[in-house]
Amino acid sequence: MAVADPPIGAVAAPARRPRGFWSRLFRDKPLGAFGAVVLLFFLACGVLADVIAPYGFNDISPLDRIQPPSLEHWFGTDNLGRDVLSRCLYGAQLSVIIGLSAAFLATLISTLIGIVSGYFGGRIDLLVQRFVDAWMIFPELVVLIVVVSVLGPGMPQIIGILGLGLGIAGSRIVRSAVISVREHMYVHAAQSIGAPSPRILWRHVFPNVLPPIIVLLTTRVGTAILAESGLSFLGLGVPPPAPTWGSMLTGSGRTYMFDGPWLALAPGLCLTVVVYSTNVFGDALRDLLDPRMRGSR
Amino acid sequence: MRTYILRRLLALVPTLFIASVIVFVTVRLIPGDVIDLMLSQNDLTASSRTREQLIAALGLDKPMWEQYLHWISRIVFHGDMGTSLWRGTPVTQQLLERVPVTFELGAIALLVGLAIALPIGVYSAIRQDTTGDYVARSFSIVLLAIPSFWLGTMVMVFPSIWWGWSPSVEYVPFTESPAKNLHQLIVPGVVLGAALSAITMRMTRTMMLEVLRQDYIRTAWAKGLNERLVIVRHALRNALIPVITLVGLQVPLLIGGAVIIEQIFVIPGMGLLMLEAVQQRDYPVVTGVFLMVGVVVLMVNLVVDLTYGLLDPKVRMR
Repeated sequence: MAVADPPIGAVAAPARRPRGFWSRLFRDKPLGAFGAVVLLFFLACGVLADVIAPYGFNDISPLDRIQPPSLEHWFGTDNLGRDVLSRCLYGAQLSVIIGLSAAFLATLISTLIGIVSGYFGGRIDLLVQRFVDAWMIFPELVVLIVVVSVLGPGMPQIIGILGLGLGIAGSRIVRSAVISVREHMYVHAAQSIGAPSPRILWRHVFPNVLPPIIVLLTTRVGTAILAESGLSFLGLGVPPPAPTWGSMLTGSGRTYMFDGPWLALAPGLCLTVVVYSTNVFGDALRDLLDPRMRGSR
Repeated sequence: MRTYILRRLLALVPTLFIASVIVFVTVRLIPGDVIDLMLSQNDLTASSRTREQLIAALGLDKPMWEQYLHWISRIVFHGDMGTSLWRGTPVTQQLLERVPVTFELGAIALLVGLAIALPIGVYSAIRQDTTGDYVARSFSIVLLAIPSFWLGTMVMVFPSIWWGWSPSVEYVPFTESPAKNLHQLIVPGVVLGAALSAITMRMTRTMMLEVLRQDYIRTAWAKGLNERLVIVRHALRNALIPVITLVGLQVPLLIGGAVIIEQIFVIPGMGLLMLEAVQQRDYPVVTGVFLMVGVVVLMVNLVVDLTYGLLDPKVRMR
C-alpha cells in the first residue's frame, strides 16, 4: 500500500521515487525499527536454537545446580543444573512456533469473519456480531484454561484455541475496515458490472483492508506468546520438560529463586523484551501503513 | 435515563444466552476417555459412583439440546449450577464465597491503575514533548510489556532476598479483619493494576491532547480561568469519557489476570477455584466459574455503560 494508484489523467511519472517501507521504518520510526531488529534476533535464536544453544534444554547435571551466571553458564543454572541460557533459547523456539502459528491462524479467522460480516451486512452481520459480543466477554486465559482442562494440555490445542479466540476477537477490526471500503466507488463499480461476490471480496476488498490485517498479525504474535506463557506459568501449557518461558517462572521453581534470583530474571526478561518489541513494531507499522488507526489502541 | 437503563438491560439478554451456549458447548467437548480418567484419578469409585452414575451426574446421557435446556433452566429458575463432584457442595455456594474476593482484588487493581494512570496521563499531555512526557511514555510502554505473572513472581522473590520481607499469603476475610485483608490484597492489587495503568495512561494522554486543542479550551484560557480549572473541569471531564470505555474493555483482561495473581499470592477467589477445579477435573465447578466470569464481565460492562450515560447526555438520547 506504499504506492497509491495515480488519479485518472495524471502523468505517471513521480518526480521522486517514494521511499520503500523499510527505509521509512528506519528513518521515521527508530523505536519501531529497534523492535523489528529485536524480533528478528529472537526469531533467529528460535530457529537456530539447536545449533547455538551451548547445552541441551534438559541436560541435567546435579553437581552444577543453582550456579550463578558465569562464563560457562551465561544465565546460570537451575535447580537441576540445567543451563538457563540454553533453556531460554529453546524457549524462544517454542514461543516462535506458538506465536507465529497462532497469530497466522487468528488473522486468517479474523479476516474471514470480518470480511463476510462486514461486506454482506444485514442479518448475517447481526448474527455474527452478537456471537462475537458474547465471545468477547470471556477472558482469553479463562477460555484457554477451560479448553485445556477438557482436551488436555498440548501444543496443537493451545495454538488452535489461541488462533480461534484471538481470531474471533480481532474480527471487529477487519469488519470495520471492510465496512468503510464497501462504500467506495470501485466496489460499487465492480458490483454494477456484475462481478461475483467472491471476486469482489478477493480482488477489491481484501487488498484494501490488508494494512489493518498486517498490523493485527504483528500485534497478535505478542499476545499469543504472552497468553501461552501465562498458561505454562499455571502449569497448563506445553507439558514439561519442554522449556517454555512461562513454565521456567512457575511456582515449583519459585522456591529455588530465593537462592538463585537469576532464575526469576532470565525468562521474564526474554518475555518482556519480545512483547515490548512486538508492541513498538506494531505501533510503528500502524502509523506507517494505516494512518486511520493512529492513536487508537 | 430510565429507558436508557431498561434498554441496556434488554440488550444483555441475547448476549447472555449466546454466552451460556458457548460455555455449555465448550465444556461438553469432553472426550469419552476423560470420564475414565476422572474415575481413576479422582478415585470416585470409592465413593460408590459407577461410570453410568458419573455420566448421569454430568448429564451426558441425554441429547445435547435437552442437556442445555435442563442446565440453563436449573440456573435461571433455581440458581442451581450443580454440585461439585469432589466436595459435594453446591457450585453456587462456592461461587458466592469466591466471587467477592476476586471482586475486591479487581476493584483495588482498578483504583490503583486509575490513580497511577490519570495524573501521569494528564501531566504527560499538558507538558507534551518535555523530558517528563518522554519518561512517562517510555515508562508506560515498558510497563505494558511486563507480564503480570513475572511482576508478581519478582515481588515475591526480590523483597524477600533484599529486605527479608515478603507479601503475606495467608488470606484473612474482610469481615474478620478489614485492615489485615486490605494489607494483604494491596500488593497483588498493585501488580494487577500495573498493566491496566499503562494502557489507561496512554489513552488519557491521547484524549487530553485532543481535547486541549478544542475551541472551548481556548475560550476557557481566554476568559482567564486558572490552569487547574481549565485542565480538570473543562479538559479532563471530556477526555475521561473514552477513557472509561477503554477501562470497561479491559475488564475481561483484569479478570483473566486475576486468575494468575490469585495463584501467585494464594488468594481464594474465582480464579483459584477454577484452577483447583481444573486440576481435579471437577467439571460442574469449571462450568460454573466459566459462566460466572462471563456474567461478572457483563455486569461490570453494564455499570460502565451506565456511568457513560450519566457523564454524557448524548449517549442517553441515542
